[in-house]
Amino acid sequence: MADLLAPGHRGCAGCPASICVRQVLDAAGPNTICTNATGCLEVMTTPYPETAWKVPWAHSAFENSAAMASGIEAAYKALNRRNGTNKKPNIIAFAGDGGTFDIGLQALSGALERGHRMLFVCYDNEAYMNTGIQRCSSSPIGAWTTTSPEGSCSSGKTQRKKPIAMIAAAHDIPYVATACISYPQDLKAKVKKALSFDGPSFLHVFAPCPTGWRFPSEKTIAMGKLAVETGVFVLYEMTDAEPMKPIVTVKPKEFRPVEEYLQAQGRFAHLFKPKRDEVTLKRIQEDVDRKLKWVGLKP
Amino acid sequence: MSRKIVKGAEAMAIAGKLAKPDVVPAFPITPSTTFPEKMSEYVACGELPNTEFVPVESEHSAMSAAIAASATGARTCTATSSQGLALMHEMLFIAAGMRLPIVLFDANRALSAPLNIWGDQQDSISERDAGWIHFYGENAQEGLDLMLMAFRVAEDKRVLLPTMVGIDGFVLTHTSEPVDVPEQKAVDDFLPQYKAEHCYLDPERPTTVGAFAPPEYYMETRYQLDEAVHSSGPVIDEVFADFEKRFGRKYSKIEYYGDRDAEVVFVAIGSLCGTLKDWIDEHRAKGQKVGLVRIIVYRPFPFKELKAALANAKIVAVVDRSISLGYGGPVFSELAAAFVNDAKRPLFKSFIIGLGGRDIKLNDFENIYNAASADLKAGKVNEKMHWVNINKEML
Repeated sequence: MADLLAPGHRGCAGCPASICVRQVLDAAGPNTICTNATGCLEVMTTPYPETAWKVPWAHSAFENSAAMASGIEAAYKALNRRNGTNKKPNIIAFAGDGGTFDIGLQALSGALERGHRMLFVCYDNEAYMNTGIQRCSSSPIGAWTTTSPEGSCSSGKTQRKKPIAMIAAAHDIPYVATACISYPQDLKAKVKKALSFDGPSFLHVFAPCPTGWRFPSEKTIAMGKLAVETGVFVLYEMTDAEPMKPIVTVKPKEFRPVEEYLQAQGRFAHLFKPKRDEVTLKRIQEDVDRKLKWVGLKP
Repeated sequence: MSRKIVKGAEAMAIAGKLAKPDVVPAFPITPSTTFPEKMSEYVACGELPNTEFVPVESEHSAMSAAIAASATGARTCTATSSQGLALMHEMLFIAAGMRLPIVLFDANRALSAPLNIWGDQQDSISERDAGWIHFYGENAQEGLDLMLMAFRVAEDKRVLLPTMVGIDGFVLTHTSEPVDVPEQKAVDDFLPQYKAEHCYLDPERPTTVGAFAPPEYYMETRYQLDEAVHSSGPVIDEVFADFEKRFGRKYSKIEYYGDRDAEVVFVAIGSLCGTLKDWIDEHRAKGQKVGLVRIIVYRPFPFKELKAALANAKIVAVVDRSISLGYGGPVFSELAAAFVNDAKRPLFKSFIIGLGGRDIKLNDFENIYNAASADLKAGKVNEKMHWVNINKEML
């Protein structure tokens, strides 16, 4: 299928957001309407008078991609009744982690609870990249960002990453999944499944950002694989048949050491140089182990 | 036409129902809550069989969903007040910038802090720069009528701008008044179904809505938006005239009440004008000449009409029910600026009244009149802004 997101947009080399959108739209097809939170994806794809979107697309602000999607869904319901039609385009809300985990969380929660037929896709690059790499509640422990800098009194971000897929699932909605752009078959299958429900669904897409994470731009896909193979990010899905029970869809045979993942990225460099930060490294390993236990991948 | 006794907020909901909106996203806030309550009831009882009521989780999402619904081609309205309108602030500018004909009922109420649920006009006057058309009613009937006309004006292909209709919190929203309710058929004829041509999200015609504009494009969009608000004026006149023809009630951007050759003329907005008209009647009965200009359409600012109406005035007492802190009355400053280059112009004097539901009494207008008359006699305005009916012992 031809890409529904045109090339030639202004994304950085190796940008995972555009890879995410291309995979999602490939699975969704052209009968789709998208909303987009303010952020990298919005800015790089729609500098007036250009657009990269070959499907209808709407943006208004940062925190309201889900509220926008609910307005479109409501409009289609009403216009179908008014005009005697039965149009049911896929409605997909895109937002980065800032527009999902933080500023967009309230609108997301409201839309999920109201039960709109929509898929919310968060491409998670673990910081506010559009404003230049600031911490987000999606940023992991130990990560350097410009607002969680490393220094003599700091070792990067102190707090844990917010478990956003579990938060979405706690809304008791039909379908929640995690995915990674490095596993396109898995991601596309989840998009198709999500769109088959007559209600809200949520897809948390892990999206390694070469610019913000400080790794070479040709390594985007490899970095996503490394995250899954080290257990840093787990691919799973949940339905409301068994709420909050993750079913893992991509299970590595054995987990590679987490440090392989950390050492490949400049944002964790301070954990190794000038000397190893054993305290933070231990915290990160414990956090990964705890989350693997949570999804049943570790006893 | 049927006559009903209803509270003002319900009159606004009746207008909302008569307009048969496709989508109503709304979040309750005193004193506008009757609107979402009634709209959800009309939908639940099948009185609005096609309408989708979206019980959003905040006013920000109400306006966001309204923007998206309107951008999909749906007739969309909502209601709010005070903090709710302030929370929508970001989205109000966007609704106008995207040229979406959303209609909003604002129950005019004070802004925090301190928290105060009562009436003044600070909320919507503070949004005057957003690119919305502003209508203000004096009573429930005007609120209902202006609400219906708001849809016609907003959706007119020559306008395509969001429009808000304000009536004062509590004094109007929670006071029962007799209201003439137009027949549905007559409203249907006056207000045909909305058919979006400029903006609708449809996979059969993919468009990008809400792109960002770099410096080489941004300023032209603001120019065009400003021009659009200004040039909605003649359409508003046209819609008012058509409404009068069909329903018999006359509207204009401003209303002149009292003596045309009065030297002292009041300018005000909203329900306080009802009290002021009583005061004017009393004084005219005594042989005094007094006038009132009531602003009904605040955006676009009715420069031409105001200049004509105030051509004979010697001093204009501008009675603001809101304040631009650190400057003064917003209507005062705008009105005075409108005359600044005219060789012949009246004196202008600023009064602040009725903030946060402070009662507005006949005697207050007596005091305003006396202060303005004294300045006129002195031939010089005491520039100090007058806070009407303020308790000096508490200061």
